[in-house]
Amino acid sequence: MNSITPRLQCIDVSHHSPPPESRPILHNIRFHILPGETLAVTGPSGAGKSTLLRLLNRLQEPSSGTIQLNGQDTQTLPPADLRRRIGLVMQRPYLFPGTVAANIAFGPVQHAIHLEPTRIDSMLEEVGLPGYASREAATLSGGEAQRVSLVRTLANQPELLLLDEPTSALDAANRQSVEELILRLIREHHLTCIWVTHNPEQASLADRILHIEAGKVAAIGKPQEILP
Amino acid sequence: MIAAYAWPAWLTPELRTGILQCLIAGLAALFVMFLARKQAPGLLREIPWAEFRGLLQIVVVGLILAWLLHGPRWTSILVLTAMTIAAASIVRQRARKFPRAFTLALAGIAAGAGSILCLMALTGVTPVKIAILIPVGSMVIANTMNTQALFLDRLHGEVAAHKGEIESALSLGASAQTALTPYRAAAFRASLIPALNNMRSLGIVWIPGIMAGMVLSGSSPIYAALYQFVVIATIFAAAALTCLVTSRLVLRRLFSSYDQLMLRS
Repeated sequence: MNSITPRLQCIDVSHHSPPPESRPILHNIRFHILPGETLAVTGPSGAGKSTLLRLLNRLQEPSSGTIQLNGQDTQTLPPADLRRRIGLVMQRPYLFPGTVAANIAFGPVQHAIHLEPTRIDSMLEEVGLPGYASREAATLSGGEAQRVSLVRTLANQPELLLLDEPTSALDAANRQSVEELILRLIREHHLTCIWVTHNPEQASLADRILHIEAGKVAAIGKPQEILP
Repeated sequence: MIAAYAWPAWLTPELRTGILQCLIAGLAALFVMFLARKQAPGLLREIPWAEFRGLLQIVVVGLILAWLLHGPRWTSILVLTAMTIAAASIVRQRARKFPRAFTLALAGIAAGAGSILCLMALTGVTPVKIAILIPVGSMVIANTMNTQALFLDRLHGEVAAHKGEIESALSLGASAQTALTPYRAAAFRASLIPALNNMRSLGIVWIPGIMAGMVLSGSSPIYAALYQFVVIATIFAAAALTCLVTSRLVLRRLFSSYDQLMLRS
């Protein structure tokens, strides 16, 4: 029996759309992820992959089931604490008006943490955006904005990183460079990561794959067991 | 020989002129909305009913007012309460996308318009006389209603347009209040523009009815002007306070207790 407490455990989580529709979106989802592990979530469009990440970050409430972070039921955690510990990078970057530095400092400020400008500079350098701290967020290209969005989430030092197809809105050249960057950050920082992707090549690099179809777990296992 | 047509005795020449004036003004509004039918198709259908309803209401209120002028002072509170409930039900129709919109509108108007009117009455700024309290109160409530409806409409638009930014802020650990602040501020500013414009243009672009009425009834034009400012400032204070209260109350209608954005599209 594995004695390591999973970083996150999802136990029979179901979700319905709000009434009056009440359409089932996810049904009895059960999986776990260990510290330092990368889990790719695959499946066709509309399978419920993005909804699953929103439930883990509790931007939406599960209809039933339990989600545990390091063995603790996330329902018992205050929202600000939970969302600092489970970071989410969305499909589109949605940067706030203001400078790149203000965007990166936004998360830590919510938790009364002051980020030194030198720390922000070094974080930006790590993602290939040296000297961008004072740039206006609105002037960035799609690829640059998504890199800033990634840094903004990592600035909270999350215990679990959720990536919701972060490169799907980018052009081919940017997509590849941002994907390479994410993989490098995961490796270098030993991040525990759940990565929603449509790309089988990307999924093959994960430790395990969770394949969802029509809101249900269709398969879970190592890439060589899941991918054709 | 054709007999000259005799109007009924109650239809005085003054009343006949009034009906004709209403007809022309009402048709002008309808004609303009007909010209603008492609920009706002729904409004053309709404205008005839809104005009008929507004006309009927103001005539009934005129009759009630004439009767109340001879009644006890407390009846003005009943009238203003009824006006507040009616205003809240009108705002509710414009803010249906917010859960429990009627109680939200009612609480906002009652707190904003109610407390400012009470303050004015208690300090003697607005004399506690039915003939003054009801017209001034109705102006305050009506303007407050418009400001609140604008605020809620704009806020819904802002939140719908910035759902991604709001959820990004929440996902980084911001509270619902922090995530909503920029959009609430934008709605607050926009909703107060008409009331602010009224104050800025006072005497230059428009001479409101109260001042004109006071001058016509023999009051000093300077006092009439000063009192008109009192009314406009009261309206602004009530409208701003209503928006402030509504902006606090709306938070839990937009977000769950776990700071999750719940917005009906």
